[in-house]
Amino acid sequence: MIQAIAFYLFAFVVIASAVMVIFSRNPVHSVLWLILAFFNAAGLMLIAGAEFIAMLLVIVYVGAVAVLFLFVVMMLNIDFAELRAGVARYAAVGLALAVALVAEIIIAVSAWKVGGIELGRRIAATDESIPNIEAVGRLLYSRYLFAFEAAGLILLVAMIGAIVLTYRHRAGVKPQNISAQINRRSKDAVRMVDAPVGKGVEL
Amino acid sequence: MTSWFTALGLPFGWAWFIATIIDILLIALPLMLAVAMIIYADRKIWAAMALRKGPNVVGPFGLLQSFADGLKVFLQETIIPAAANKGLFLLAPIITFTVALIVWAVVPFQAGWALANINVGLLYVLAASSLGVYGIILAGWASNSKYPFYSAIRAAAQMVSYEVSIGFVLIAMVLWAGTFNLGGIVEGQKGHILGIFNAYGLNPLLFPMAVVFFISSLAETQRAPFDLTEAESELVAGYQTEYSSMAFALYWLGEYANVILMCTLNATLFWGGYLPPIDWAPLYYVPGILWLFAKILFFFFCFSWVKATVPRYRYDQLMRLGWKVFLPLSLFFVFLVSGYLMLTRVGI
Repeated sequence: MIQAIAFYLFAFVVIASAVMVIFSRNPVHSVLWLILAFFNAAGLMLIAGAEFIAMLLVIVYVGAVAVLFLFVVMMLNIDFAELRAGVARYAAVGLALAVALVAEIIIAVSAWKVGGIELGRRIAATDESIPNIEAVGRLLYSRYLFAFEAAGLILLVAMIGAIVLTYRHRAGVKPQNISAQINRRSKDAVRMVDAPVGKGVEL
Repeated sequence: MTSWFTALGLPFGWAWFIATIIDILLIALPLMLAVAMIIYADRKIWAAMALRKGPNVVGPFGLLQSFADGLKVFLQETIIPAAANKGLFLLAPIITFTVALIVWAVVPFQAGWALANINVGLLYVLAASSLGVYGIILAGWASNSKYPFYSAIRAAAQMVSYEVSIGFVLIAMVLWAGTFNLGGIVEGQKGHILGIFNAYGLNPLLFPMAVVFFISSLAETQRAPFDLTEAESELVAGYQTEYSSMAFALYWLGEYANVILMCTLNATLFWGGYLPPIDWAPLYYVPGILWLFAKILFFFFCFSWVKATVPRYRYDQLMRLGWKVFLPLSLFFVFLVSGYLMLTRVGI
């Protein structure tokens, strides 16, 4: 009963906030609605008994990805009038994409054979005594080991690629050299002199 | 407590509901009191380190100072800037305050005393604390003012950076503990060092991680020397600049609740939590919650100590420490710890 209420609440909020992502006029509001959608999707995962995925969804998407979205959108100065000006030009492409997506959704939903998800129970056939994380870990590091490591490798390549593409070596910049600063001793830098009157000091 | 209510004749659902509400109040209300007292303690510690007296007028030894401040703030007018985004402007402090409270659900106060004893406890802590940044970003953006916005950008970069190294530190610790459950982590520390000391922090492989975690928790709560988000010499009051009255008070409460939480996590994850420091039977007669409080207060004293003595970092130094020092170090220790565990526990 409570699980059903929670399920419909989360599901309703996910769909409503997803709709608001598209319809809100302010892009920052859009990102915030998106965050709400992520958050409630995590709630749905919890109800389905996948607490590990739920927590990862919040940590990765809400805690890191959406922060970067927000970061970028907040700093961009988006001109709404200019954005709307192009609507007529892109309408045909957009419409085609929308039709394709709707068709995919219809096909996916009509192929629904899974049956109702039993709320609060795990679907995957693992022993109930094994915690969720352990079950995921066992699968990832045995059956899907190569796929998992390949995914890691691809991400690493993408990360290095991003660094290579954005790194600029600028000449004439004097960065702080921390080890040189720490290793500098007073005898290298300071000299005590008795300056004779009227003559000064040779440097 | 649920069983006590079912014994009164309530159906299980209602008994659970009422018991949980009472448990939440039992955590949240003392926490608010603790925040008030800890603000007072903070000011007294700084004062003592600067050879001043600190608050000493309201009540005996100035003990009621925080409550007087709270009353003053409560009676002030809430001013919302005309150019601000009103809804988000008011939502931001509420997010900060709520996030500071919800993490306490998984903290074990004594053996078996946690509101929610869940398997993914530590992940829940990470998830909830990663939400904390929104309170600050939203405040900065919704204020529609320069200084809060700079502060919000700084805060976002700072918290995301340090969460990365905190994540690796916790992975090293979890590898050793073998569980994400906070109660399980505490129990795993029992007699961990030669059967004498109850702490992961004294383990030579984990001690550096405990230090990194302590420093990262200073950065995560934006305490000195990492308080660049509210650096008064550069940013007026940072993201709080446009806030007044209760909205401002919510930031204060949330900030200090977060500080206490980080002290608790330091104590729980690396220094034995509710266990006495030494695994010696007579010490177990002292209730575990008192040991936990003692450890929290010790770490809080360290937080204040740092704030009173260390100058503020420059922003590039902050980023350098997070990305070029802590991240490689914690990554290295993840490898070291997992390698050691492979060698000793699993065999080759």
